[in-house]
Amino acid sequence: MRIAIIDYGSGNLRSAQKAFERAAREADISADIQLTSDADWVSKVDRIVLPGVGAYADCRAGLDAVDGMVEALEEMVMKQAKPFLGICVGMQLMASRGLEKATTDGLGWIAGDVVSLKPNDPNLKIPQIGWNTLEIQKPHPLLEGIETGEDGLHAYFVHSYQMECENSQECIATTNYGGAVTAMIGKDNMVGTQFHPEKSQRLGLALISNFLKWKP
Amino acid sequence: MTLKVRIIPCLDVADGRVVKGVNFVDLVDAGDPVEAAIAYDAAGADELTFLDITATSEGRAATFDMIARTAEQCFMPLTVGGGVREVADIRKLLLAGADKVSVNTTAVKDPDFVARAADKFGNQCIVVAIDAKKVSGVGEEDCWEIFTHGGRKETGIDAVEFAQLVVSKGAGEILLTSMDRDGTQVGYNLPLTKAISEAVHVPVIASGGVGNLDHLVEGVTKGGASAVLAASIFHFGTYTIGEAKAHMQAAGIPVRMHT
Repeated sequence: MRIAIIDYGSGNLRSAQKAFERAAREADISADIQLTSDADWVSKVDRIVLPGVGAYADCRAGLDAVDGMVEALEEMVMKQAKPFLGICVGMQLMASRGLEKATTDGLGWIAGDVVSLKPNDPNLKIPQIGWNTLEIQKPHPLLEGIETGEDGLHAYFVHSYQMECENSQECIATTNYGGAVTAMIGKDNMVGTQFHPEKSQRLGLALISNFLKWKP
Repeated sequence: MTLKVRIIPCLDVADGRVVKGVNFVDLVDAGDPVEAAIAYDAAGADELTFLDITATSEGRAATFDMIARTAEQCFMPLTVGGGVREVADIRKLLLAGADKVSVNTTAVKDPDFVARAADKFGNQCIVVAIDAKKVSGVGEEDCWEIFTHGGRKETGIDAVEFAQLVVSKGAGEILLTSMDRDGTQVGYNLPLTKAISEAVHVPVIASGGVGNLDHLVEGVTKGGASAVLAASIFHFGTYTIGEAKAHMQAAGIPVRMHT
């Protein structure tokens, strides 16, 4: 199985790659996992991961700056329906628009805007940095076998903005940070996590393993 | 359901070994960083911090190879610091396996560096490490100044004002070390921690001085820290990460009790 982790100049790329390598090894899946900025290679893979840390507009500009990459992603994800996982800003880029600092167009795959976190408790710090639990809104194969809820496993978050889905059916899970915050979105063959599965120990490795086996 | 308080062991690394000193000097060996990362990952540490503490004072870049080998063993978030001078150094550390990068001396020399780094990698990626020492006398109003070059150089800059400045430039988190307390095991400098936590809207990691588990609790309840960092008590086996978490949970602080 060939998996592309898209390199567009930002992000904890090596961290993401080694988490996928470990999850594949533990699940006994033979996988060629590459960090790549080569759109041609991306158009030949079986699964695609779009990581991303940084400001929304910079990430979008970074992605646009890679020759043919947005077109390759649209072809593979929207037309060929290959399994796709967006992480953090990689998830946010699936939205219609990002409203961080300026208004920036996203890829428009899942309807909604990316807006500032506004916790109802003024003592809560921004960014939300650290471990929080997940509340399932809509069961999803990527969360299969993962204990969620207050006594469940924790996911690692680090963000100042969140996705607000237009269609509540596309919000898979939330977390609580002074109110419900979108933690995971999904539609058809695409899924996105606001948290970092590559840094979320047991929960993260289980989710990545589910992604590698996922047949949407 | 709530965000948990993080417990962060810190690897101060010099010449490829974990070391621990008192007030930043008199370093003693505390083991191999790669072995330590494996042990802390298994023990459920919430993050790991790796500081190449002599990179800046020796005028060199951090040891990427050692960082990469340590990062290979980390499936929790890893913050790396030491010798960051250019925006390009940050990308190198991220490619070596860091998730966040800590900046100290360069942020003091050029606070706009924080803005350039945050624009490129996002605020959440940029941790500004502040090493502060009390400069006010007995009976005077509390005042702390920052030091650079691994605590070797005085700057005359007020610590609280500096924290506010770097947050306005885009620092996503403050790693606050009390130099007076570092390695002394008498507890965090709580007035300093509280002053900075209240002055900025980003999370503050308390560091410097932990000798027992009540100190970790106080860092949160009295210092207002979002995360607590310690080195000696974990490296020398005085307490395990699990014991620290159980103690904090018993004190009513939300923690993550599994890996």
